[in-house]
Amino acid sequence: MNTSFLRISIWVYLAIFFAYLLGPLVIMSITAFNSSGFPRMSPWECLTFQWFSELFQDQRILNGIKNSLIIGAGTVVLSVAMGLAGALMLTQIWPKLRATYYTIIIAPILIPGVVLGISTLVFWDRINRMLGLGADSFLSNGVFLTVIGQSTFIASYCMLVLVARLQRYDIALTEAALDLGATHAQAFRKILLPFMRPAIASAAVLAFLASFENYNTTTFTFGEYPTLTIELAQKVRYGITPAISALAFIIVALTVFFALLNEAKLKRQELVAAARKKATVEELAGKIKLPSFFAGNMAAVLLVVFAVATITVVGTATAYNPAQCIANVKEQKQLEAEQRIQELRKQREERRKQREAEEAEQGDAQQSAPKPSNNSGFGNVFAPNTLGGEEDEGAADTEEQPSGSNNSGFGGVFDPNSLQNDQ
Amino acid sequence: MSAGVGVDLENLWIRFGDFVAVRDANVNINGGDFFSFLGPSGCGKTTILRAVSGFLEPSEGNVLIGGNNMRGIGPNKRPTALIFQNLALFPLMKVWENITFSMEIKGASAAERRKRADELLDMIALPGQGDKLPSELSGGQRQRVAIARALCAEPDVLLLDEPLSALDLKLRQHMRTELREIQQRVGITFIYITHDQGEALTMSDNIAVMRAGVIDQIADGKTIYNDPNTAFAASFVGENNVFRGKVKQVMGNEALIATNRSGDLVARISTANQGKMKEGDDAMMFIRPEAFAIASDGAAGDHFVTARVNHEEFEGNVFNIFTEGEGGKEIKVSIPNLGQSFEDHTGQNITLEYETRNAVVVPAGELAAE
Repeated sequence: MNTSFLRISIWVYLAIFFAYLLGPLVIMSITAFNSSGFPRMSPWECLTFQWFSELFQDQRILNGIKNSLIIGAGTVVLSVAMGLAGALMLTQIWPKLRATYYTIIIAPILIPGVVLGISTLVFWDRINRMLGLGADSFLSNGVFLTVIGQSTFIASYCMLVLVARLQRYDIALTEAALDLGATHAQAFRKILLPFMRPAIASAAVLAFLASFENYNTTTFTFGEYPTLTIELAQKVRYGITPAISALAFIIVALTVFFALLNEAKLKRQELVAAARKKATVEELAGKIKLPSFFAGNMAAVLLVVFAVATITVVGTATAYNPAQCIANVKEQKQLEAEQRIQELRKQREERRKQREAEEAEQGDAQQSAPKPSNNSGFGNVFAPNTLGGEEDEGAADTEEQPSGSNNSGFGGVFDPNSLQNDQ
Repeated sequence: MSAGVGVDLENLWIRFGDFVAVRDANVNINGGDFFSFLGPSGCGKTTILRAVSGFLEPSEGNVLIGGNNMRGIGPNKRPTALIFQNLALFPLMKVWENITFSMEIKGASAAERRKRADELLDMIALPGQGDKLPSELSGGQRQRVAIARALCAEPDVLLLDEPLSALDLKLRQHMRTELREIQQRVGITFIYITHDQGEALTMSDNIAVMRAGVIDQIADGKTIYNDPNTAFAASFVGENNVFRGKVKQVMGNEALIATNRSGDLVARISTANQGKMKEGDDAMMFIRPEAFAIASDGAAGDHFVTARVNHEEFEGNVFNIFTEGEGGKEIKVSIPNLGQSFEDHTGQNITLEYETRNAVVVPAGELAAE
């Protein structure tokens, strides 16, 4: 009783936790497929892929992605190189200085990105001026500044990743290589670098993601090269469309894909290593019988399922035409709108009748007074009837000719029907 | 086989800050020799090896390889190859790639390397194992791969830093013979670092006994065992019973020692100390357990020791008798097992006898820690 209760609460907790973690992503992904003009999940209107095509037609988003990729690549190269240098230095440095050095090199992570952005801008602007270069020089180029600015702190992340691996490195391996005649460069390239490769790959992925999602440093340095995050932020200011959901969905899908790919690859390596261990010498020299790709590899299976699902969705998207559904929804909307207008009209009619009845009473009271000759300087503007009459006239017009000529000053802009027609 | 390339250490000093790791070492290693540095851990033997291989510049003095001064020449330019204590096989390379690494950096083709690797794998009795990873081999196999890798570089001098210490006893004994065979086959100079006197004695042409940065004695194994220069060498190499005392009388190459607890005993003065010891000097006298024999009761004189038997043990090739002499002096006696009947002496008093040539006296000095 007690244990089952505990188990249930753990499941409930997990469900809540994952809902909290993944819920927003799921909902955003779903909105990318709803034909509603505002990203929302309910009411569900039509399944559509139009937001994807809209996304790929948005030049600013595409340009932002391009800039993000260029800057990401630059940041990866610079940060990993600096991170590796920093990590190597940490293992080489005089032990008494190590703690201080570590603090200094880790500090950029603790400094707000905004500060890094401003300081990068100011610093390179100074350098630029010192060298007497113009505003269009390389040093004030948005790509250069952004790569430099982001790398100041991303390099520290890279270093942390690389140091972890470097601590497991046996310096005797480098010594052995030197002893066998290798130069220092050869020992680095042939022994240390291959050993560091997995960590370098992780650091590169980390650096790219950190660069891709960075906003607060980039916002000061991007110049004429707005990245995707900058473009999105600017777009959101003017209201968002489900095209952004579509972008989010693509990013989520890519993340899931690569995570599965990585997992499948790791599992595969594990299985191969196990198979090698069991293999005899003859098998190793000749053809080693490796386990089939999917055997015992859940991630690989999921990966294939995921890939098949993606292909299916893309295939459906090219064949699928939601025009009928959208037309239906539009028609329904039109009907609803008309219904609303009818109701509105009815209400107005009732009000008018009420007023007429009141006016009739008042009119009787005013009969004795001289009929207004309308010779005042203001014309008839202040006469209450004038206003009411005009209104009546407008209402009468619409009633008589719903989409015909309109003689009101506004040219029928406020005509509910014309709004409907525009749609 | 060629005579090989010799290695000389001239007045070698190596300091780390205030700490002196090697103090004025002078060693001449003949080309083609199997030379061992023997000493307890921390005695500076690995430091000497690193100075020879080029990872460490001596503070003073010189390392000469084949008569050439190696000062300022890096490890990758020296005609030496080092076998590391932990072997340092490249974990990400296959066995054949490991072995032919020295060829790869010289730009040899893969086919050439493969061929050479197969030759060396045959030599170390691991045919066909080239495609494995080092982690897929056993300890002894890894050991042999490390040797093959070093030999592939065709060094003039092979340096071995306690390469057998990680192996189990049986394998260690097997590898001793194998190393010696390989050395004789390739005919190059081997410099071997060990703290195991068994390894040093069985494999080496010559041995340097080291203590705290100082070389106590350089000689072949037999000389070191039978005719030690110092108390340390006598106590570190093999088992020994030590008798402390003072020189009472010097008679040519022999001396009468007034021992602290066992009376006056006669012994031979070790060769290096002949003519240097005089009456009244503090001295230490060493008698090996196997040099004692049980004498008939009541015998007395300057080569008899009396003691009471504490306990006995049978080790297979010898009977060990642990006795207690006068004043609690512990003496170990080993009687070779030749199939004779052997009665239990426990609790009895026995008289031990030795021949003067088997007792050696040296000036009092530091003993090896047990």
